[in-house]
Formats: sequence, C-alpha cells, structure tokens
Amino acid sequence: MGTYIIRRTFDLLPTIFVVAVIVFIITRLIPGDPAAVMLGPQASVEDIEALRENLGLNDPLYIQFLQYMGNLATGDFGTSLTYNQPIVNLIMDRFPNTLILAVSALIIAFMVGVPAGIISASKQNSLLDYSVMLVSLIGVSMPIFWLGVMLVLYFSVNLGWFPATGMGTLDDGLIPFIKHLILPSITLATIPMATFARITRSSMLEVISQDYIKTARSKGLNEFWVICKHAFKNALTPLLTVLGMQISMMLGGAVLTETIFSWPGMGRLIVDAIDKRDFVVVQGTVLFIAVIFVVVNLLVDIMYKVVNPRVNYTTSKGGTK
Amino acid sequence: MSDLLLKVEDLEVHFRSSSSIVKAVNGVSFTLNKKETLGIVGESGSGKSVTATALLRLIPNPPGNITGGMMLFEGTDLLSLSDKDMRSVRGNEISMIFQDPMTSLNPVFKVGDQIMESIRAHRKVSKKEAKAAAVDMLKLVGIPEAEKRINMYPHEFSGGMRQRVMVAIALACKPKLLIADEPTTALDVTVQAQILDLMRHLQDTIDTSIIMITHDLGVVWEICDKVIVMYAGNTVESGSVKTIYENPLHPYTWGLLDSQITSEISNEEGLSAIPGSPPDLREEMPGCHFADRCPYAQEICFSAKPEMVEVEEGHSVSCHFQTKNTRLQRKERVYHG
Amino acid sequence: MSLQSTVAAAEKKMAKPKKETSLFKKLIRNRLAAIGLAVTLFMSIIAVFAPWIATHPPNEMDVVSSLKIPGTDGHLLGTDNYGRDLFSRLVYGARISLIVGVSAVVFGAFFGTFLGLVSGYFGGKLDSIIMRTMDGLFAFPFILLAITLMTVLGQGLVNVIIAIGVANIPGFARIVRGQVLSVKEEEFIEVTRSLGATDGRILFQHVLPNCLAPLIVYGTMSIAGAIISEAALSFLGLGVQPPTASWGSILKDGKDFLVLSPHMATFSGLAILITVLGINLFGDGLRDALDPKMKI
Ligand SMILES: Nc1ncnc2c1ncn2[C@@H]1O[C@H](COP(=O)(O)OP(=O)(O)O)[C@@H](O)[C@H]1O
Ligand code: SF4
Ligand SMILES: [Mg+2]
Repeated sequence: MGTYIIRRTFDLLPTIFVVAVIVFIITRLIPGDPAAVMLGPQASVEDIEALRENLGLNDPLYIQFLQYMGNLATGDFGTSLTYNQPIVNLIMDRFPNTLILAVSALIIAFMVGVPAGIISASKQNSLLDYSVMLVSLIGVSMPIFWLGVMLVLYFSVNLGWFPATGMGTLDDGLIPFIKHLILPSITLATIPMATFARITRSSMLEVISQDYIKTARSKGLNEFWVICKHAFKNALTPLLTVLGMQISMMLGGAVLTETIFSWPGMGRLIVDAIDKRDFVVVQGTVLFIAVIFVVVNLLVDIMYKVVNPRVNYTTSKGGTK
Repeated sequence: MSDLLLKVEDLEVHFRSSSSIVKAVNGVSFTLNKKETLGIVGESGSGKSVTATALLRLIPNPPGNITGGMMLFEGTDLLSLSDKDMRSVRGNEISMIFQDPMTSLNPVFKVGDQIMESIRAHRKVSKKEAKAAAVDMLKLVGIPEAEKRINMYPHEFSGGMRQRVMVAIALACKPKLLIADEPTTALDVTVQAQILDLMRHLQDTIDTSIIMITHDLGVVWEICDKVIVMYAGNTVESGSVKTIYENPLHPYTWGLLDSQITSEISNEEGLSAIPGSPPDLREEMPGCHFADRCPYAQEICFSAKPEMVEVEEGHSVSCHFQTKNTRLQRKERVYHG
Repeated sequence: MSLQSTVAAAEKKMAKPKKETSLFKKLIRNRLAAIGLAVTLFMSIIAVFAPWIATHPPNEMDVVSSLKIPGTDGHLLGTDNYGRDLFSRLVYGARISLIVGVSAVVFGAFFGTFLGLVSGYFGGKLDSIIMRTMDGLFAFPFILLAITLMTVLGQGLVNVIIAIGVANIPGFARIVRGQVLSVKEEEFIEVTRSLGATDGRILFQHVLPNCLAPLIVYGTMSIAGAIISEAALSFLGLGVQPPTASWGSILKDGKDFLVLSPHMATFSGLAILITVLGINLFGDGLRDALDPKMKI
C-alpha cells in the first residue's frame, strides 16, 4: 500500500506538468498583446511596454516557458496587478472559504443522495423508488445558478429565513455562520446529491442480486444489515469512481454558486478577476484548482483500493474511467 | 417417529410477472429424518433450487411467493414463523451452501469475518471467542494455516478452498439441517470428491441432516439415503436410494440414469440423453408434465395427471403405467464404445 | 448460477420469438424516454420557427413598459428591464441554446473521436501523449475550462461553441478510446487485417461503427451539459454578445431585478431546466435501448 501511494504520487507529476502546459498555452493564445488587454484601452504605450517587460513577454517563448515552469515549481503563481498581491496569497485567502462550501455540500450530497439511492434500490419499482428517480433526474438536469437564484427568491427575499449573500465568520457565532452556509451549500450539493442517488441505486441493484447477498441472508442476518453492510460496501466502488468527477464539477459549480451568493471564495475571485481583466489571477487560480483536482483524484484512487481488496496494488489505474 | 426432522407437504412456489405466473414448484412433498441425507435430483430448471430456497423462506418477493403447503421443521411450520423467528432459524438450525463458491462469498470481507458473523448472529459470544470458533471451523473443514487464512479475502482462495469456507460458514452454528445446492457442480472432479468426503465426515461429527441437491446421480448413490426426483416443479419419483437404484420406475428417472451412463462413457458433462426440453411452466398442463418427452406416453398421459402412488414400502412414483399391473419395461439402450 | 441469473436466462428462453424491435419503438415504449423526446422536439420546433412563434422582435426595447408582469399589454410573460418582450426573448433564446448545445458537442465529438480512435488503435507513445493531454484537460472542471477559454477568446457565439466544444473533447476521446481497445481485441479485426485491409479502412469501417452506440448516448447527454454550460457562461457575462437573447443572460438580468420582477429569472431558468431534463430523459432511454451497460 505504501509503495502504491508513492508510485501513484509520482504518476501525478506528468499530469500536473500537462496541466501547467495547458495553462501556459491558453495564456499565450490571448489574441493581441496580453499586456494591452490587461491594462485596457486607456493604457499608454509606455505602460504597456513596461508591463510587457515585467511579464517577460519580450523574451523568446521557450525562455518564457522555462521561467513560468520554474516559478511554478517554487510555488510562485505570479503577481496580480489589480490586487497588488502575489496570487498565492489571494488563493490562500479564498481557498478555505471554498473548501468550507464544498465540503458542506459534499456532506449534504452524501448524506441525502446515498440513503435515497439505497432505499430506492431496496424498494425497486415502488412509488418511492419512482419518486426518488424522478427527483434525482431533475437534480442532475438542474442549472444550479438558477436554483441558487430561486432559493434566494423564496428563502431570503420572500421568507427572510436566510441571508441572501455573504459568508458569516465563526466569530459571529455558529448560528449566523450556518445560516449563511445553508443556501449556497444546498445549491452546490444538488447535482452530486442526485448523481449519488442514481449511482447508488443502480449499483445496489446490481449487488443485491449477487449470490453473496443470498449467503448473507441465509446466515440469518437481518435485512438492514445485509443491505447496509454486505451490499453497500460492494456498491461503494462505482460511487467512488464518480466521486472524483463530482468533486471536479463542484469546483466548477463553486464559481457559479459563489457568484450568486457573493461567497468570498476562489470562484468569486475568478469572476471578479475576469471583470477586472486580471488574467494572471484567472490563470493562476484555474491552475491551482486543476492541481487540487489531480490530488483529490489520487485520494479517491487510494480509497478505491481500501474498499476493494480485489484490486491488485501493483497494477496502475484503478478508478479513472 | 421421534426421529422426524423435516416434513414438507405440497409445497408450492409461484413467480408472477406482469403477464404470467411461473409455477416453479408445484406440490413437492418429502420427509427427512435426523442424520439422514436426502438427494433431490432433476434437470436444471426443475425447481430444485427454488425448493431449497423456499425452505429458508428466501424466495425473492416480489416476484416469488410460497403459495401453498407446509414445512414442518421439528414439528413447527416454518411458514408460520415471524420474520424474526425465521431469521433465528437461518444459519442456525438450517443453513445452506450454494453452487458457485466463486460468487457466494462476499469479496470485500475477510473470510474470518464472514464465519464470525454467522456465529455472532446466533450466539452471544465475544469477538474473541467467535474468532477462536472461526479458526476451529476452518481447521475442521481442512484449511491449513487457519490462523493466517482467517485474515485473507476470498479472492486469495481457490474454488475448492472457498467451498470449504462456505461449509465452515454453514456449519458454524452446528445446524440440524444443511441444504447443499449443487455444492460440487462448479468444481473440478478431484475437488468434488474432496468436498463430498468433507461433508460426509462432518455430518458424522456434528450429527446434521443433509439435503443434497444435484443433477449428478453418482453423487446420490454415493452419499444419500433417500432421493426424490423432480421434474418441472413436481416430484415424479421418491424412495430410498437402494430401491431407486435397483428398481427405478419412472420413465424420467430412466432417462436420467441413461444420461448418467452416456456422460460417463462420453466423459461429457451435462449431455442429456433425454431428447426435448422441459415444458413451459407458465402453461396449465392437464396431463403428465413429462408427456411431451416420454417415449411411453399414451393418450391418457396428455389428459390426466398421474397421482403419486406408493408402489412398495417407501417408494412412490407418479406415472399412469407404473402403478397398474401392466408395468412398463424399460427400453434397452445400446451403447457403442 | 444464482437464482436471479437462472431466472434471467429462463425469461430469455421464455420470451416470445424475438421480432427485431426498432430503436424508435423501444424508445416510445419507454414512456419517460418518449416524454423526453417530445420535449426535445418541442424545443427544437420553437428554436427553428422562432420568428413565427415570437410575438415581438426579441431586441425591441420599450423603456416605458419595462419590467411588466406577465400578461400585461400582450406580453405573455411580461417584459424585461429594457421593456423587451420576455416570451419572445425566451423563444429566440431556445435557438442559442440548441445551436450551442449541438454545435459544441459535434465539435467536441469530432476531435475527441478522432483522438480517441488514433490513441486507442495505434497505442504506444502516441497513445500516452494524447491521453496525458486529455487527462490534463480533464483536470479542469468543465465549466472552468470553458470560462478560461472564454476569457481568452472573448464573447461571441462562435467562441462559446469553441470553448464548450474544446471542454468536451477529453470526454469523447476517453469513451472512444475505451471502446476501440475492446473492439481491437475482437477476432474479426485480426481477420480483416490478415485480408490486407489498411489501418484507415479498419478504423472507419470496423472500429468506428462499434463506437457508435456509446457515442450517440454520450453525445446526447453532452448536449444537455453544453446547454447548461452556455447558460452558465452567459449568466457570468461571458457568453454570447448582448443584446442577443440567451437564457443565461436573461437569467443574469433577472437576478439583478429579482425582487422587482421575479418572472424574468423564474421563466428563463425553467426553460433551461425543462430542455435539459427532456434531453436527459431521452438520453437515459437511448442508453437503456442501445447500451444498457454504459454507466453515465
Ligand atoms: N426469481 C424468479 N423469478 C421467476 N421465475 C423464477 C425465479 N426463480 C426461479 N424461477 C423459475 O423456477 C424454475 C426452477 O428454477 P430452479 O429451482 O432454479 O431450477 P433448478 O435449481 O432445478 O435448476 C426456473 O425455470 C424459473 O422459471
Ligand atoms: S404418465 Fe405417461 S407420460 Fe408420464 S411418465 Fe408415465 S408414461 Fe410417461
Ligand atoms: Mg439450481
């Protein structure tokens, strides 16, 4: 297991390299002079030239690339002109907020979606099953930015139960903190919740018809135990394979959710930066999110091996398909 | 008879789908004494597994249902038990081994845990005691290095070893009845013999009765005391192994015997010597279910159902012509080779 | 064999002699898929015949009658903050959604299929280079990749199609590659090769047709995703250029006037939801009919 983790970690390096290259290429694809674009139409020629020099845009491309990779390797994502701060600092300011949002959404999605899928599968073709399936299909089809707006409309504007925007700090007490958190995390949880329900249901249905479930029943175990222990642990594998993808989608969804709720996270940072035409921030943040995703996938792969003793530790690639 | 362990009478199991009802088991009756071994034989699809599953009341519902009959186990009708009481029978008083050892163990739990779970479901014992008992069981079923093996996963065991583990799970609570549903069909010939030996040996050690389901008459001759022959959800012949071996009466039983000889000669598994295929269980059949394939069938066979009639002490058969004075003579088959 | 698999086998045996049921019949019999198909067709008709269905020119402003509630002065769904007829804008918005949805997926499917075919069929170094790149692209959350590309490309319909299309490439590449790998092992490929067929011929005549079912299913689901992405980009102000009506941009305006005129946000979002739900229902049905083992 230890060597497996180490080897998979080294496996990540090429992917991270490719991610960095992609971001570099996108940066250079900006039509026209990036410096001019960044500074906007009012900028003077001297300012633009100074910025070009500053950004290293006057160097040959391969030098720029080496420079860029070297900076990344030392954790330097560049400096924002509009915020006048290293991008790493901006990210470190915002990332915990996004993490809070994403983790609470993930918890909601898991705690609602998985049991819904289990119940649905164990009462296959019942009215309850159909309802869960219908609701979850609506869930996966949901434009969450609309859902967020609607939640604000009903629960903040009309009912006044929850604040429409912003994030509470824990200094203000737990209640306001949670009140701020509820609507955005429900918004962000919707799609993974529905996906978990669907995947759990279909893999539970597959597992429930297996012989070993009959064995478990023939031992005299009660049905709850058979389903939740014997069946669910086997059904977990497909759930884990979608988990990585869902986390990726949530990081994307966070951009929209944070915009609607003015949540001071990384998504909000990106959208603000786009408004301010501060592309360095956009690219740095996007790169950071991609790296996070790669690391999360490593963790998912490791979990995959933990729940699935059949998987051979020596072969690479488990969960990515 | 104080020796009576199980008495099944007119057991009926039906499966309904949206458009039809499959009468998978249609009035099966038999009795089983303590320490006795009963064989159930029949082609695949004849309702053997459904009968066995019904005994544990594990027929998936929907679509299945036990629609009639009685299953008296030590005098209590299993059908009258509450779900909770039935659970305390399963794995404790009656346990079951399945055909395919590759799929009947849960791949994500250690084999030790799977044995312990069976013990702890029915006995108030500590984890440690259960573990010790599990090790003992593994030793008992002949798995070497039991202390180490207990922490392994099923995929680290061969097919034969897994079936031994299944035997260990089934016998962990010293049940009074062990139902083995084709426990050797999926195994190599040499391993088959080992597993049968093991079961016979353990039967003596823990005094359990066995219902051995098989389509291999060889297995029946080897370990059973009594046998019932099933066809299309019905019992067509039953009796002691001795009588059936020496004096089989039902044309279907003859067919099975012939196919056994054929397969021994040609060394080919499952080669059926009975032409044709079993009837569609969804259809109402007024006559003998075997009539379509029976070389001796007469008009009456298609219109009237033959009753199960005792033709000699403990030997019953359901065929119009085997209960009258004019008995059918079994056609000689000529084998080359 | 387990009880269930015996049953499945038995049921197969008992099933009436099989008449080849056409895909269309299968879909119609699946009630939800039929509903999905109906919704999708309905939206397509609205998109195609927008000029005849719309009651007003979609961009005609009338500041005096702005933010009217549904039903006022012949405005079926009311007006927006510029006094434009909301119903007409939604009708025209269907065009943008469907154009982007279909074009972006065709774009992604074209390049993705090509890369997946080449990668899976030839294997080796080429395969690892292509798939590493796809892994890299996959590391970006879909919408984030589209956002980043839009910041580079700038607003506009074609750019939206390109951005969402590019974000779609890795998904198609992976699906096709997986399919190619399994088809490649089949005997008939070996036979065809031994008969002297060229790689190109094998790829397009034998391998590609075998990828078709999962491609169709995945493609259908991707259209739903692309429609949501377009709306999301427009919602963030990165989509098509104003004043072009897009459901996402209407929702964006609706959000700013949420308290005064909730109808803007409500109807534009409903339009997105219904369309996407319809396509997903249809896609589910397609999957069940074409490729039940596929997990999406
Ligand atoms: N879950 C089920 N649903 C519908 N029919 C079933 C089910 N299980 C068994 N059957 C029917 O019962 C018949 C007997 O099956 P089974 O007992 O498994 O045969 P055997 O074990 O003798 O090979 C099968 O032919 C099948 O039609
Ligand atoms: S009753 Fe008739 S058909 Fe049935 S087994 Fe006897 S002879 Fe054959
Ligand atoms: Mg069977």
